Amino acid sequence: MTDLRYESPETLDAAVALLAGAGDGGHVLAGGTDVLVLLHSEIIAPKLLVDIKRIPELKGIREEEGGFRVGAATPAMELVDHAKFRAVWPGVIEGVNLIGSVQVKGRASIGGNLCNASPAADSVPPIIAAGALASIVGPGGLREAPVEEIITGPRRTSLKKGEMIVSFRFPKRPPHSGDCYLRLTPRTEMDIAVVGAGVSLTLDDGGVCTAARVSLGAIAPTPLLVKDAADALVGTKVDDAALERMAEACRAACKPISDKRGTKEYRIKTAGVIARRAAETALQRARGN
Amino acid sequence: MAKKAHVTVTVNGDEYEALCEPGQTLVDLLRNELELTGTKEGCSTGDCGACSVMLDGKLVCSCLVLAMEADGRSVDTIEGMATENNLHPLQRNFLELNGLQCGICTPGILIAARALLERNPDPTETEIRYWLAGNLCRCTGYDKIIRSVMAAAEEMRGA
Repeated sequence: MTDLRYESPETLDAAVALLAGAGDGGHVLAGGTDVLVLLHSEIIAPKLLVDIKRIPELKGIREEEGGFRVGAATPAMELVDHAKFRAVWPGVIEGVNLIGSVQVKGRASIGGNLCNASPAADSVPPIIAAGALASIVGPGGLREAPVEEIITGPRRTSLKKGEMIVSFRFPKRPPHSGDCYLRLTPRTEMDIAVVGAGVSLTLDDGGVCTAARVSLGAIAPTPLLVKDAADALVGTKVDDAALERMAEACRAACKPISDKRGTKEYRIKTAGVIARRAAETALQRARGN
Repeated sequence: MAKKAHVTVTVNGDEYEALCEPGQTLVDLLRNELELTGTKEGCSTGDCGACSVMLDGKLVCSCLVLAMEADGRSVDTIEGMATENNLHPLQRNFLELNGLQCGICTPGILIAARALLERNPDPTETEIRYWLAGNLCRCTGYDKIIRSVMAAAEEMRGA
């Protein structure tokens, strides 16, 4: 840490140039709630911290093409306090609200929660379920990738050297859509998920599910998008039988470890329960829209 | 050697300047450079809330902010809470209702509680408990803290 340098560029180009110039020694600093802990415990030893919070594209929530664009370094509390975003994506907010204390949420961002690449990150499953796309900038220019493609393993992402996430695009929401995120923890606050489930679904005028996405957290090395679980809902009225098929698909997708938070068997069983409850709430919300 | 840089920060309305290292935290700047030791450092990992301050009006853990990130910004700490002759209603109610014992968590809790009452002057007990979930206290068992915040809120609504 003795030869650490800190820069806070004000443009994307400047940030990309700084990261490119630092090679392996560069590290992006967003809210810092993970990075500074890793830095001070000497788990990471970057030569350069690039604070991206002064770059306009990284900050704030904008409406775009009927959806939303959220700057990757926007503090979680800003999302929680955004009435319109909260009304459209209550499930995303349920995940964001669990990132940590109010103090942590005053700094932590969804870009950071994603790039920290914890299997148990609470904002990631609902953002995957939402079908959000990450805009990524790097030496090769801009590209866009589905959020489920970012985390490749614990503390590993698919971002290439010198790349960083600029923002997330949340698509326009069709009528009769709803989402929900639920997690299982022994306590209601300040805890790490044993299992997390994000569900987003859309109904037609007759109440038949026309689109669904189901994502699970803390039950595999990465958060998962479980296509079979979504397929179990599409084309149904999300009745008891469909929900049970979805829960079965969730259990089948789990590849958990046993640790102090729960055994493999417990995680697999409760993944089905939590996913089902999240789907039921998403369904109620979709019916109300 | 790490390159030091000048950091200009407004704390409780007064402007300060200090020479900071890149890895230095805001709580370290406050306590060891500016000698504002009211803000306490507990866990240094953002889990205990003892170092809570307001940064540009947002409640944060000052152990998870670099001093350099605070350059040009405004910080409010416990030292700015009371006026010359009057304690803040939160401070007075904490004293009257025994909302503290050893006192290490108290500055952080007062800062966090004031931030809550600024956005919600009439919080429920549950709302207070959730808002203060990031502030650990190993002495009181929390009940007296919650009661102190509720009493202060009631007093402030009447004021």
